Amino acid sequence: MHESGIAEGILKSTLEAAAEAGAVKVNSVDITVGVLTEVMEDALQFAWEAARAASIADGAALNVTMVDARTRCLDCGHEWVHDRYSGAKCPSCEGYLVSLLAGRELRIDSIDID
Amino acid sequence: MRVDIDRKILAANDELAGQNRARFKGAGVFVLDLMASPGAGKTSTILATIGALRDRYAIAVIEGDIASKVDAEKVRAHGIPAVQINTGGACHLEAAMIRRAVDTLDLDAFDLIIIENVGNLVCPSDFDLGENAKVMILSVPEGHDKPYKYPNIFQVSKAVILNKYDTMGVFDFDEPEFRGVVASLNGQAPIFPISATKGDGVAEWAEWLAGRIDACKAGEQA
Repeated sequence: MHESGIAEGILKSTLEAAAEAGAVKVNSVDITVGVLTEVMEDALQFAWEAARAASIADGAALNVTMVDARTRCLDCGHEWVHDRYSGAKCPSCEGYLVSLLAGRELRIDSIDID
Repeated sequence: MRVDIDRKILAANDELAGQNRARFKGAGVFVLDLMASPGAGKTSTILATIGALRDRYAIAVIEGDIASKVDAEKVRAHGIPAVQINTGGACHLEAAMIRRAVDTLDLDAFDLIIIENVGNLVCPSDFDLGENAKVMILSVPEGHDKPYKYPNIFQVSKAVILNKYDTMGVFDFDEPEFRGVVASLNGQAPIFPISATKGDGVAEWAEWLAGRIDACKAGEQA
């Protein structure tokens, strides 16, 4: 149910931007989602179909770009791409002093409107 | 026609959270968002915290659950005002729910509001409610590996309570490893080992919280 709140957030931003641009119809919405946000794309698509109904975004495609998590070790400089469970410890030097570079994105990039 | 937007999807929640935060600051009330798994001891920890601090501060509790009002009733049985939020299926609280709940409270009458979030180590960490501090509880039976699996909640917490510490002897919980991983995820957060139902360690946790409340009352950044 995490995804329904996110789908509503997408719809709100979409409708605001569409109204500002004087749109009569929204064709598609592009968003970027980091894997660490725990968002499941299938569940988000399902929630989006429910959220967009009865709005000018009804029928609009939701194009989701998933972003891998990427972390840099502050001790040895090693950078690695990882799943949501293995970013806390450097696989190279086994140090814990690490900095997350990507993976927490939850951003609406653009919309396509008529 | 393509229109660039480039904004955070949860911007609407963040805006409401900011309004909540301004109201809390205006009323001089410290708001704690307490997060943990189901069964980690959130309600027991709240009751123990109330026991330690009720003589010094006026306290209210906001209980978030998918369904039922059993937690609010437990708190009210101790003579503390409690508002129950039922999310009706949602796995976390959002800023709009907190706004509706605090509308039913006289904020100026309280020093501390404790929000018990929905039992979940994932979603609550993503939603700003307008609180002064998020704090999480991990209980010993859940295992020392949880910071590896749910890093975000450990990163957003201002303190980590390690509850059911009295059961350490019967579980395979590697405390040094746990402390090492938590320190790597969040070097600022103190760890408070407690037994909420027996009272061990509660005083140390309560004193840390009292320091935060006093700083908030003094108008400092808490």
